Amino acid sequence: MSGGCGRNPPPFPDNEDQEAELDTRVLDSDEDDDDEGEDIFTIARSKPITPTSAPDEGDIFSEEGSYIRSDVHHATNGLHSDDELDLFTEATVELTLTNTTSQGRREIIGPTASACNTTHVPNSILKPSIVTKTMEELEEEESGDQFELNIAVTNPEKIGDGMNAYMSYKVSTQTTLPMFLNKTFSVRRRFSDFLGLYEKISAKHSLLGFIIPPPPQKSVVGMTKVKVGKEDSSSAEFVEKRRAALERYLQRVVAHPSLLQDPDVREFLERDELPRAVNTQALSGPGFLKMINRASDAVNKMTIKMNESDNWFESKLQEVENEEQLLRRLHAAVDSLVNHRKELCSNTAVFSKSVAMLGSVEENSALSRALSQLAEVEDKMEQLHQQQAFSDFFILAELLADYVRLLGAVRCCFEQRMKVWQRLQEAQSTLQKKREAEAKLLWANKPEKLQQAKDDINEWESKVSQYERDFERVTCTVRKEVLRFEKEKARDFKQHIVKYLESLLHTQHRLVKCWEAFLPEAKAIA
Amino acid sequence: MEGSSAEAALSVSANSIRITDVTQDGDVLTFAIASQKLNSSAGVCVFRMYEDFDWLQQSLFSEENLPGLQGIIFPPLPSKALPSQSNTQTKALKQLGFLALGQDWQSYCKALEFYLQQVAAHPTLCKCKALDSFLINSESPGKQRGRKGIFNRLSQAVEEMRKESHKDVDNFFQNERNKNTNLAASSKVATEKLLDVVMTEQKLAVACGHFATSLHLCVNQDDAAAVAFSKVCLKLSDVIEAVKRNYEKVASNNLSTLGLGLDLESRYQESEKEMLFRRTCKLIELETVKKGTEKAKANKREVMEAFQKAVEKEFNLISSVAKQEIERFHSSRVKVLKTFLIGWCELQLNTAKEFAELYSQHLEACRNMYSE
Repeated sequence: MSGGCGRNPPPFPDNEDQEAELDTRVLDSDEDDDDEGEDIFTIARSKPITPTSAPDEGDIFSEEGSYIRSDVHHATNGLHSDDELDLFTEATVELTLTNTTSQGRREIIGPTASACNTTHVPNSILKPSIVTKTMEELEEEESGDQFELNIAVTNPEKIGDGMNAYMSYKVSTQTTLPMFLNKTFSVRRRFSDFLGLYEKISAKHSLLGFIIPPPPQKSVVGMTKVKVGKEDSSSAEFVEKRRAALERYLQRVVAHPSLLQDPDVREFLERDELPRAVNTQALSGPGFLKMINRASDAVNKMTIKMNESDNWFESKLQEVENEEQLLRRLHAAVDSLVNHRKELCSNTAVFSKSVAMLGSVEENSALSRALSQLAEVEDKMEQLHQQQAFSDFFILAELLADYVRLLGAVRCCFEQRMKVWQRLQEAQSTLQKKREAEAKLLWANKPEKLQQAKDDINEWESKVSQYERDFERVTCTVRKEVLRFEKEKARDFKQHIVKYLESLLHTQHRLVKCWEAFLPEAKAIA
Repeated sequence: MEGSSAEAALSVSANSIRITDVTQDGDVLTFAIASQKLNSSAGVCVFRMYEDFDWLQQSLFSEENLPGLQGIIFPPLPSKALPSQSNTQTKALKQLGFLALGQDWQSYCKALEFYLQQVAAHPTLCKCKALDSFLINSESPGKQRGRKGIFNRLSQAVEEMRKESHKDVDNFFQNERNKNTNLAASSKVATEKLLDVVMTEQKLAVACGHFATSLHLCVNQDDAAAVAFSKVCLKLSDVIEAVKRNYEKVASNNLSTLGLGLDLESRYQESEKEMLFRRTCKLIELETVKKGTEKAKANKREVMEAFQKAVEKEFNLISSVAKQEIERFHSSRVKVLKTFLIGWCELQLNTAKEFAELYSQHLEACRNMYSE
């Protein structure tokens, strides 16, 4: 995002059609960055991503960790075979070290085919090739500086019994990044590990103004059902929902250039055994939101109003708050849609049975056969409705829910900046007091305390200038982060619409087949 | 079954009877009924209200000079529609089922139209003066209070139930009664369940509408990213609108074909049930009389025997009419159901194809838009 340096990125060989879009994106985001970006973010070109421990240095490499998004390719118009998918086909984040920053960032966040999860969870509702599949094929980028990182969360397994039981998930990584020990590896993690990861990341990075992706929500009810061993469709659904959410969470984390550098993230992905995360209670769903809201309220109550040099932050925050409300409303609307579809599903099943009954008491054999066929058609439609309900849920509802929480994280980001500013204000006022104290001493002529006062003043002067630098940096980071976030949001939504349409089309084609099969049966009645 | 010479055959063609229009004035629905005169190209149009239909049905029930009348399966008349605002949809649904749905009473008119067509197509009933007068006279006959028909709807009194299960003397009829019981029950249930499906489809369409509208609120022109996002939301809104129209169409297809068909079938089965019940009641009467005759003292015996013969004759007449009616009914209902099923399937197939095409276009547009 430092196109302000005026470099001409070399054209990328295989992606002519991608370039134009990316160039615009890069340029768009540069407009605001021009001045602030210059110093900190001048990039050394072919510097590979090296592991760095100090988080503030991570800024320097944030440009390096830019991504390539794979092209969206569709073999057939919406019809997807029922084959098992490679684990990583849809769970891809590609990183590039390219000096050609014209590539900007791209990523695919998609739910993994539930085809992989057949082993331990009752799977009656998770037939392969159902809605969570995406039709995208990844285009291999050819460049020496390209690096790939794919993450998938699969194989939920229940460990233990009774109330101490928990679900363990397999986290698989496939990467060409040199900072990892292997190219392909996997570990098992439990939900609290993910929460622990969030806590660590948050502690380190949120102060710098980064948007930290929020973790999936805890659910006491859902988990209890699983613990108790209730093997029914609702607990299977819960596990699938959580698995998908964990996967999306990780994908968002590694999609963030600075967070990827964090050794805790690497450790999470690589290390065989993680120490058990404690104190994750605070991060449960409702608790998390309360935390954000409290911070938000506190900020609003601040009597000292920030003096914005430009309105950007104020209006952006307002925008974010508005959007959060809108997305909440959308989510409620989709939720209602999903519920109605489920209702349609069960009504169709009941109707199917009643038609079967009618067919069985019907004497006319052709009519009886037609009615049984009709019952089967309705059965198939029930399945289609079921699948479409999943599609609605996983593609739309979860997307919206994720973004409601992400917008909350964005607000946190703004609040962090406020805090930094507050700290600066306080330091400045303390400095002022120290100066006044010194002046008083001079006037009261007490030379012995003067040195102390002078020392104090020096100390606070350097603090003030440190805090000033911090504030500027945070301001810059927040701006960049918000722009990055907005681009990704638009991209995310675009991808999801395409996916949704594909699933609609798929269902519709199947429906046409059902009717075509039934017509001759109806015509055969004599 | 020959009527007296005073009865004329119907002067319009049965197939041409149509309900072309319906107007609502407060609580009252007025139907415009058009038909084509036989032997001429002249058309007739009359205006009738529900009371007139009721009058017609009652007149048919009380037709004189039709021996074996009780053996006839009368075409079922839909219940009266109460369109007033205070009548909630649940009440209307309970009363009319499928016929309460649909816009502007379309389904209800269709059902009334079927009724008239079936009466006109019935070999015996078509000769009734009441029908001709109903279809042709410009004055509506409804104000006349004709004789009340001799039979009313099957009541649910316990005694009736007992009579209903009275064993028959004729295997044919016993079988028919059993079949009818099963079919009547099953088709009623199927109709109700289909109604549930249609209601849910409509609710789904409404929910889609809300979602699509909410998406429109996300439009924001502040900066490039917001514009991109707004475009995405609008696109999704279009897609959801399409889904909404799809479900509306699907529900309306269900309603206008299979729904109507099952509803008609269900009501016809009830009508057959009533006919069979009437015959059973006659049978019981006959058996009671027979027993009475056997026990009668010599002086009363002749009278009793004469009476018994009369009842027997009536019963046999009813049975023979019933047999013909049953056969006619069986063949025609299969045809009717076949027509409805084919119509339903074709409509749904076309709708499914139409929307597959639409979704496909949306998808192409999306892909083109996003892969620039």
